[in-house]
Amino acid sequence: MMNASTVIFYILAALILGGGILSVISRKIFRAAIYLLFSLIGIAGLYFYLNYEFIAAVQVIVYVGGIVVLIIFSVFLTHESGRDMKKPALVRALFSFLATAFAFALTMSLIKKQEFIPTLNATVEPSVNNIGTQMLSTTQFGYILPFEVVSMLLLAAMIGCIVIAIKVKHPDEDMLKGNELKVPEDIDEPLNASL
Amino acid sequence: MGIGLLHILFVSIALFFIGVYGFLTRRNMITMLMSIELILNSININFIAFNKFLYSDKLDGLFFTVFIITIAAAEAAVAIAIIINLYRNYKSIDIEDADTMKY
Repeated sequence: MMNASTVIFYILAALILGGGILSVISRKIFRAAIYLLFSLIGIAGLYFYLNYEFIAAVQVIVYVGGIVVLIIFSVFLTHESGRDMKKPALVRALFSFLATAFAFALTMSLIKKQEFIPTLNATVEPSVNNIGTQMLSTTQFGYILPFEVVSMLLLAAMIGCIVIAIKVKHPDEDMLKGNELKVPEDIDEPLNASL
Repeated sequence: MGIGLLHILFVSIALFFIGVYGFLTRRNMITMLMSIELILNSININFIAFNKFLYSDKLDGLFFTVFIITIAAAEAAVAIAIIINLYRNYKSIDIEDADTMKY
């Protein structure tokens, strides 16, 4: 007997897993990014299904709106997006598949044996009100310290990205290309001559 | 009977090992990054599912998910900056070509 909720869950699961599988086996890199997009949207749908609307919104904004767009831009910057990627070596693909399939079977068999005991305490609604209050609370169960640490991490990552990706023009590059280095004519003058 | 914890754990574990398979077989840095995103997302599903079905009196799983999403975004940005810089130096984003420090 299947009711609507069960059917919706199976559709979401098929979207997530199908998108994930196609994303890792597709040989066109741009298509792999688009399949990843579908998988991430399916995960956002799963969060909606579990009534975690805030996390679902964050998932759509950060992953779908941010990370996938970033990946697609980097594909355009570094790759001929129409060209097929190399097929993985058969031995590597076979052994990777076997390793992951056996690990999956082992994990599922362990989880089937495990008995999960849900809490009996009253449910806390995952509303934005409750989330915000606990996130910025300085009391025992507040998350203000990780919140601040993560904001510093984001700042550091932002500066790090700029430093790594900035284009530095080497003087050696001109020499390698056969161009002569242009020496400024006033190089003999002391630096503070204009003062 | 509705959807229980086991159904959702099945999805998240399957997604985790799909990501691991992609990480092992892919030799292109951007697709390896995509596999890492899949792995991180499967962990997020786990946190949310455990919070929903076992510890519904707390919100801790939800906060862990928020922080993982934040760190994943920072990680993706740094990784793509590194990939673009490598592409400038090697004219390739294949993991086999970046072997200057290997020998």
